[in-house]
Amino acid sequence: MARIVKFVLNDRARTDAVPNNILLLDYLREIVGLTGTKTGCDGGECGACTVLIDDKPVLSCLTLAASVEGHRVDTVESLGEGGHLSAVQRGFHEKLGAQCGYCTPGFIMASAGLLRKNPNPTEAEILEALGSNICRCTGYVKIIEAVQFAAGLRAQGIAP
Amino acid sequence: MDALPEFELLRPTTLDQAIKARAAHPASRPLGGGTDLVVNIRRGIVAPPVLIDVNNVAELRAIRADAKSIEVGAAVTLTELAEHPDVLKFYPVVAQAAAHIAGPTHRNMGTVGGNICLDTRCIFYNQSEWWRSANDHCLKTTGTVCHVAPKSRGVCFATFSGDLAPAFLTLNAEADIAGPAGKRSVPLNSLYIGFSRQDQPVTETLGDGKFYLALRPGELVTHVRAKNTTGLVSAYDKIRIRRSIEYPVAGVAVALRRDGNKLAELRVAFTGTNPRPVLLEGTAALCGGELNDHFFKGLDELVRDQIMAMKTTFTPGHYRRRVAGVLARRLVTKLFAA
Repeated sequence: MARIVKFVLNDRARTDAVPNNILLLDYLREIVGLTGTKTGCDGGECGACTVLIDDKPVLSCLTLAASVEGHRVDTVESLGEGGHLSAVQRGFHEKLGAQCGYCTPGFIMASAGLLRKNPNPTEAEILEALGSNICRCTGYVKIIEAVQFAAGLRAQGIAP
Repeated sequence: MDALPEFELLRPTTLDQAIKARAAHPASRPLGGGTDLVVNIRRGIVAPPVLIDVNNVAELRAIRADAKSIEVGAAVTLTELAEHPDVLKFYPVVAQAAAHIAGPTHRNMGTVGGNICLDTRCIFYNQSEWWRSANDHCLKTTGTVCHVAPKSRGVCFATFSGDLAPAFLTLNAEADIAGPAGKRSVPLNSLYIGFSRQDQPVTETLGDGKFYLALRPGELVTHVRAKNTTGLVSAYDKIRIRRSIEYPVAGVAVALRRDGNKLAELRVAFTGTNPRPVLLEGTAALCGGELNDHFFKGLDELVRDQIMAMKTTFTPGHYRRRVAGVLARRLVTKLFAA
């Protein structure tokens, strides 16, 4: 069974025939072709597949694609404009928030969701907000610095 | 990853439609955030033919909380509950319990109904198809033996681990249930029937880890409600191996009322320990005095007799029972001093 789903993906309206039993993660990667969102544990434990629905971080590996009807979905591809990185992307780049990089799109989207809700988070709030994401390389210190740096860039109007 | 099996997806927009859809398809599952159900579908643990996505039902998405009472719809997300100003103000134990669930992204998805009715689990159940198959499955699925309690004589010992239930139990909450025969309300405590029913048949009041909810076919939990009690202070805490995502070693909610130097009322509820959330029985006998050695010894005895934690990947059962007792002591002490 499939249904017609209308929603906004990365600021562009989309209408697609979507099978009931396809996950948002597989829809984004296999049907739309946006492979920035990563498949990690495939069971809601690692956060690599995090995307934003209506600015809130959610796990696309546990979300049915059909359920985004009428909502706004942002993937990591939505960040950055005209070749310029967004604040969170610059933070992860300049503060070395990525090592192997596999978890990074998920961390970036969880961080982007945090900064949209809370532009000036404390370290404790950053730790809390990234609690659904796992990184096996960095030890998290660099990731926290990246988010703090990104909050600064946004506050100064240097990057969106 | 394997594709999900085929299922019909219904997306009701009113409570009436949701109730009718559920009544018409008793083998269906209500779908909230999917943080537990979709994982279990992906692992081949359950294969419901119909999913009823309840997230667009306005009646199920409302929180009504004030100094007198609280009513929460089943499709309210855990983030919404944890951050609601009046829940934080008047029912901190509920907000704290909600904030302790999984991680922040899971809480943006997961719902109150899903956490109240959360499937029970154990280290032999929440595994992939090939893992379970290699262990000849278990009692909760298609097997014949409960692997965490091999001498259980047909009783499943899967553990209930929802965090909201103990919090609401300390408020003497009620659950609103809708089904083919109409609506009914039950004390939340009687929704949970996960006892060790050895050699007795499953009934509406007696189940185990497999039959853990007193829901009849086609029924749906729609709301959780509780009245406020003047002077009652409450809090929730839990211990996990990691501080996020992880299931509890033990979770405890405590509500108490202090009268001068004496403990006037005490309610203690646990999660992550038994096939049901346990509202500790016998606490009334501990009230009326100060918090002294005699009191704590009595509390420890109640915990020892009623808490029955099973082993997990990281911890043996007896350690988890001690953790539950220590956590209860700490919370009681903290709330009494406050």
